[in-house]
Amino acid sequence: MTGYILKRLLSAIPVLLGISVIVFLIMALIPGDPATAILGSYATPENVEKLNRDLGLDKSLVQQYFIWLGNMLTGDFGTSFALNRPVLDEVLERFNATLVLAGVAFLVCAVLGVAAGVVSAANQYGLADKAITFAVLLGISIPSFFLGMMMILFFAVNLRWFPVSGMWPIYGDRTLGVLLSHLAMPATALAVVATGVIARLSRSAMLEVLRQDFIRTARAKGVHERGVIWRHALKAAMVAIIPVLGIQAGFVLSGAVYIEMVFQWPGVGRMLVDAILKRDLLLVQGGVVFVAACYVLFNIAVDVAQSLLDPRIKT
Amino acid sequence: MSLFYATRRGLLAAGTALALTLGASGGALAQTPPGVLIVGQIAEPKALDPAAVTAVNDFRILMNVYDGLVRYKDGTLEVEPALATDWDISEDGTVYTFSLREGVSFHDGTPFNAEAVKFNFDRMLSEDHPFHDTGPFPLSFFFSSVVSTEVVDEMTVQFTLNGPYAPFLSNLAYPTGLIVSPAAVAEHGAEFGRNPSGTGPFTFAEWRSNEAVVIEANPDYWDGAPELQAVVFRPITDANTRTAEMLAGGIDLMVEVPPVALSEFQGDAYTLHEQAGPHVWFLILNAKEGPFADVRVRQAANYAVNKEALVNEVLEGTAEVAAGPTPPAFAWAYNPDLEPYPFDPDKARALLAEAGAEGAELTFYVTEGGSGMLDPIAMGTAIQADLEAVGFDVTIETYEWNTFLGEVNPGLEGKADMAEMAWMTNDPDTLPFLALRTEAWPDKGGFNSGYYSNPEVDALLEAARVATDQDERARLYREMQTIVQEDAPWVFVANWKQNAVTSDRVEGFALQPSFFLLLDEVVKN
Repeated sequence: MTGYILKRLLSAIPVLLGISVIVFLIMALIPGDPATAILGSYATPENVEKLNRDLGLDKSLVQQYFIWLGNMLTGDFGTSFALNRPVLDEVLERFNATLVLAGVAFLVCAVLGVAAGVVSAANQYGLADKAITFAVLLGISIPSFFLGMMMILFFAVNLRWFPVSGMWPIYGDRTLGVLLSHLAMPATALAVVATGVIARLSRSAMLEVLRQDFIRTARAKGVHERGVIWRHALKAAMVAIIPVLGIQAGFVLSGAVYIEMVFQWPGVGRMLVDAILKRDLLLVQGGVVFVAACYVLFNIAVDVAQSLLDPRIKT
Repeated sequence: MSLFYATRRGLLAAGTALALTLGASGGALAQTPPGVLIVGQIAEPKALDPAAVTAVNDFRILMNVYDGLVRYKDGTLEVEPALATDWDISEDGTVYTFSLREGVSFHDGTPFNAEAVKFNFDRMLSEDHPFHDTGPFPLSFFFSSVVSTEVVDEMTVQFTLNGPYAPFLSNLAYPTGLIVSPAAVAEHGAEFGRNPSGTGPFTFAEWRSNEAVVIEANPDYWDGAPELQAVVFRPITDANTRTAEMLAGGIDLMVEVPPVALSEFQGDAYTLHEQAGPHVWFLILNAKEGPFADVRVRQAANYAVNKEALVNEVLEGTAEVAAGPTPPAFAWAYNPDLEPYPFDPDKARALLAEAGAEGAELTFYVTEGGSGMLDPIAMGTAIQADLEAVGFDVTIETYEWNTFLGEVNPGLEGKADMAEMAWMTNDPDTLPFLALRTEAWPDKGGFNSGYYSNPEVDALLEAARVATDQDERARLYREMQTIVQEDAPWVFVANWKQNAVTSDRVEGFALQPSFFLLLDEVVKN
């Protein structure tokens, strides 16, 4: 097992190097440079050239790439042009906020999604199945940013139950309750689509398992129906559900971009959008590499978890 | 993108309906505290170091923490004393001697004096200054005419320029000229932008990244302590979320209200503020080649575009029709006799026929967004329709803002016949000097991307730049405006009115023509 994990970790290195080259090239190739973005109307060729020199952007692309890569390997991600602070500080702080948001949203969609799928499958074509299928279809069809805005209008502007935006209040203590009141709307809006997807796939995974012989055997030996569904069938279906959860976790993380914009959540998605618009090269590059590394590690963790659960997968 | 925008527009309408149905119910959430003004800003600031930043968003905070040697008189764009009490300009316009205000201290307790002024300008301008590495200072070229800054005595400082340069005083009133504490720069180095210290009405208290910048009243302010206890600037980049925060009572003052959201703030609970600023939105016409090389065709374009409809329908009244190249906000230099080109399609057709340019094909560069560009796609489409109605054949090419600048600034030759553009400046000199002179063609490093050239205009602008007498400068600018309007190197379209909304708890707030946000007179109940 250790050897398998090690092998997977080693194979991540070329992936990350590739990502670093791609993100560097994309930022180098898209039109517009940081100096023009900073100077705006005052971007004369002369001013741009001087600022590029000050920013260290007058070197060749190859030189710039290796300087950046070398610094990054020693833990120095550079300083953001637009925010004037170390890229790593900003990325870590923002990633933390995204993890809180995406983590809670993922928890919600995993629990609700699997539960809905199981209930649906257990009552195939019954009333509960139809109601859940309808709700799921509705959830999958609503764009999350639209749902987020409607929630703001209804629950924050009109009912004033929740704050409109942000992660913490401007004044007052930073308690868990306060955080949850700020989290309620964005986490819900973020979880809705993924809940629907997980529910659908859990339902079909369960249906497949329920048709198998060992379920009939369990029923025949007198196991209570609830035990059949939740203990025997769900455990077997989890093998198919866990990769779905892994994919949806990635989806929740990337979907956080829209939600962070709408709810002004200080997360890494909003950071990247702002940084791209301002051509904040180092922040975009460092941010993308960091997020990509997290994805890769997460995928490895999912594969390892699956191989532990399913003895059929050889490590 | 336009589809997305339309969706959100519809959403706001739906939201209004929803709000009306439900009525505003009493809030369970606490209101903002009295004495503390919460401002909804459009972005996270870059730094609170006036020499290092370029964005209006950052200036809104800086103007309340720092003072300059001079400032704009309330409600105007004319300079008056601030940290300097008076000044003397040498006969030839190259030596400026300022007497400084006595008894002023920086927030860190160190005294304000001539040494501090010298430190500020040397830091920006001299590459071998020990703190030049706290930059870069992208707008330092505002002071590129300064050869040296000398301490005459404790409270007198002297600037020597490399030639007469009339906009020098208004550049000092610009945020780039705000005076920072040398001791604080020495202490914090490159981190000064997060630990600012000035002489202004508010002192810096706290900066929580991506959440808030907090400034507190300076009880010892030389111009009278502010009424507010503190101001909190919250970055809320999404305009719809900013609107929702204002409606929900999460902020007290909101800047840059999107035109579609203005109707939300009718009624007694809010006050809508508007102020025309030193902004002009125009179309650059390629006067070097193609149909616009003929002045009659350029004038025809000016007659053909329905500017009233643009400002009232597309921009929902958030701008006024521009008459010429200089915005009326520069009251002292503006030519009030100038009448905008009327909307007259028949006259446009007649001019086109006279020039033999019926059916002329035009390539029109449109941007998707960008600083001061208002609603460029909707405006571009409306302009296209107006021009086609009089017989032009217009093809639009749309670019993202940074790409757009990369296409337009090097000149339109061989690529396009017209391009959208907008400028916001602090002196009537800046825009025409950089964008209308023959010497400002792109190959010479200027912004005259349409290659307009008129020796008379060149002479007037050169003369105005070196005239130190304001009345003389005003006369030269007025004459220039008349000629430029007649020559029509641009289609003059709109002057943007900046807007802001305050809640009914806020009193004493007014927007400035400079577009700066000054809060020392504001009261919150």
